[in-house]
Amino acid sequence: MAEAQGGRSLVVDAVTHRYPSGALAVENINLDVKGGEIIALLGPSGCGKTTLLRIIAGFIAQSQGRIIIGDDIVDALPPNRRAVGIVFQNYALFPHLSISENVGYGLAARGIDKATRQREAQRLLELVQLPAMAERLPRQLSGGQQQRVALARALAIKPSILLLDEPFAALDKNLRLDMQIEIKRLHRVSGITTLIVTHDQEEALSMADRVAVLGHGKLEQFGTPSDVYDRPQTLFVNTFVGSSNRMPGVVISADRTAAKVRLDAGAEIIARPAGGVLTEGGRVTVCIRPEHLQFVADETGFAGVVGMSLPLGATVVHEVTTADGSGVKVSQARIGETRALESGAAVRLAPLAPSLANAFPATL
Amino acid sequence: MGTAPASRDVTSYGMGLAAPLALFFLFFFVAPLLQLLWLSLHNDTAALHWGLGQYLHFLTDPFSLSVLGSTLLLGAEVTAVCLVLGFPIAWLYQRVGPRLQTIIILIVLLPLLTSVVVRTFAWIVILGRQGIINATLQSLGIIDTPLKLLYTQFGVVIALAQVQMPLMTLPLITALGRIDPNLDDASCSLGAGSWRTFVRIVLPLSLPGVIAGCTLTYAAAITAFITQSLIGGGQMLFMPMYLYQQASTLQNWPFASAISIIFLLAVLVVVSVFTTLGRLSRGYGGA
Ligand SMILES: Nc1ncnc2c1ncn2[C@@H]1O[C@H](COP(=O)(O)OP(=O)(O)OP(=O)(O)O)[C@@H](O)[C@H]1O
Ligand SMILES: [Mg+2]
Repeated sequence: MAEAQGGRSLVVDAVTHRYPSGALAVENINLDVKGGEIIALLGPSGCGKTTLLRIIAGFIAQSQGRIIIGDDIVDALPPNRRAVGIVFQNYALFPHLSISENVGYGLAARGIDKATRQREAQRLLELVQLPAMAERLPRQLSGGQQQRVALARALAIKPSILLLDEPFAALDKNLRLDMQIEIKRLHRVSGITTLIVTHDQEEALSMADRVAVLGHGKLEQFGTPSDVYDRPQTLFVNTFVGSSNRMPGVVISADRTAAKVRLDAGAEIIARPAGGVLTEGGRVTVCIRPEHLQFVADETGFAGVVGMSLPLGATVVHEVTTADGSGVKVSQARIGETRALESGAAVRLAPLAPSLANAFPATL
Repeated sequence: MGTAPASRDVTSYGMGLAAPLALFFLFFFVAPLLQLLWLSLHNDTAALHWGLGQYLHFLTDPFSLSVLGSTLLLGAEVTAVCLVLGFPIAWLYQRVGPRLQTIIILIVLLPLLTSVVVRTFAWIVILGRQGIINATLQSLGIIDTPLKLLYTQFGVVIALAQVQMPLMTLPLITALGRIDPNLDDASCSLGAGSWRTFVRIVLPLSLPGVIAGCTLTYAAAITAFITQSLIGGGQMLFMPMYLYQQASTLQNWPFASAISIIFLLAVLVVVSVFTTLGRLSRGYGGA
């Protein structure tokens, strides 16, 4: 939309919410979103994503903290005066109104006359590529089409912020990809500040400028996709985003950039201290992604026995049991004739590079 | 309509299972109805001479027509009162916690758990010249002479509304409960205030419940013989009592039959108007 206002900034300032039932849904969340950014709120089920979204939209009044949109503190504003567009997980289209009336609903609430409303609705339906559906009822549309209508309806009020709650959860894989591209495209033309709630990490990493990872109501990390994936700040982020082997060990020596860790599996490796200061002699959990482990021929690394090998298309994943009895996964790119590993074969494993092993202080 | 495949399924169970009920209806509903129709087509009380005299008599008699009119009006008034009072209760029910919901349901159902006669006498106590309302108003010095509440249209409407309230509230509660609460939020986030949300979203989507509630309340109110006659007293005459007088007191069975048939048709017309209204609005079956 050429006339878009470029999107306003959004600040979530120390927001905590406790439901009347006593459940602490979000705790001390701080987000600083620039105008025009796409942010993904990523987290497992029940971690408070929807709660945070509803607080921003104004449906829930937070117990503590502030919401600031642009230069305004909006805590006292009801949802209908916040100019925040929201697309619900189940679309929430008005079942008794036609598609055109659904899209024009927000304009009608602003007292805009019928002809203008219809013209605007038609324009938005063209934008979401559904120009021929104006007179249908929502139930006569497929899930993906309803999704687009919900998007058009939210965009019609020219919101300064767009909130999407698991917008693609109900769609099949192809349609999901289409819609992701669609949202990206719409974002490019409109420049609206967009918050996407998702528990799909690929979606978060591929769509967002920055990703906020939530775990159990707390903000674990807020950074670019590569920050979150390559430089996780907490054990939770490292294991929730992408898959990771967790290997316990003891710190032998540590400074701020590198730590020497003796793994229980029986090797000394250099790891990156990821979650703050490590103390000598302290227990740590080292996270190494399966694709960051390699088989080595010399005596470095730790020993293990191959259990099972799963060819997964482009990669082969081997399950290896280490000396301390824990299992690790190793993923190898399938280049030419990858050496077939017999079940029961003795191997040695080492991380590809020290920066690819993250050491976190062990929580008891 | 969307119900067609469902009804085809039902018939595949075999009609035999419905036979007992069908027989019951045949003997105790269809047969008496036909007898009524047969009786009403006679001009004399002995039912010897065929003719449309009874109908002509009713339709040309201003008194009879006024009884019919005031009965239909009574039904409309009771329905309106029930709708206006029942909707907020049903709306509230969907927005409170489970404990309050139980209390609301109990209060709504309470009238059904007491006998009509008891309830009606309670209203006589409340509305009478020395009743609770008059006594209170007099002791507060708001009125000097007792208000005439009993034996008035107002009294009948209020008493009937209380008695028929569950018939309105229960369908409304069901209909409002079917509305996705996200629709409220969606409307609000699109900039609509609560009033617009109510008029444009909640009301149309609850229409099936409104229609069902109105139909039930209306039908129950105009045929409520006991409450009508006890609260209305001798001065107010409604169709059920008129019918009863003609049949029992005056032994004019053909005329009573004609009144019944006319009353039945009048009710059917009103009910089908309700239903048509519902079907015309797109909210019907839309949710
Ligand atoms: N109305 C409510 N009353 C009490 N507790 C609630 C309420 N809504 C949510 N919760 C609790 O708050 C926590 C966060 O819920 P929320 O719906 O925000 O999770 P979510 O991250 O959106 O999960 P999902 O991915 O499954 O949608 C959960 O533990 C949930 O049980
Ligand atoms: Mg959710």
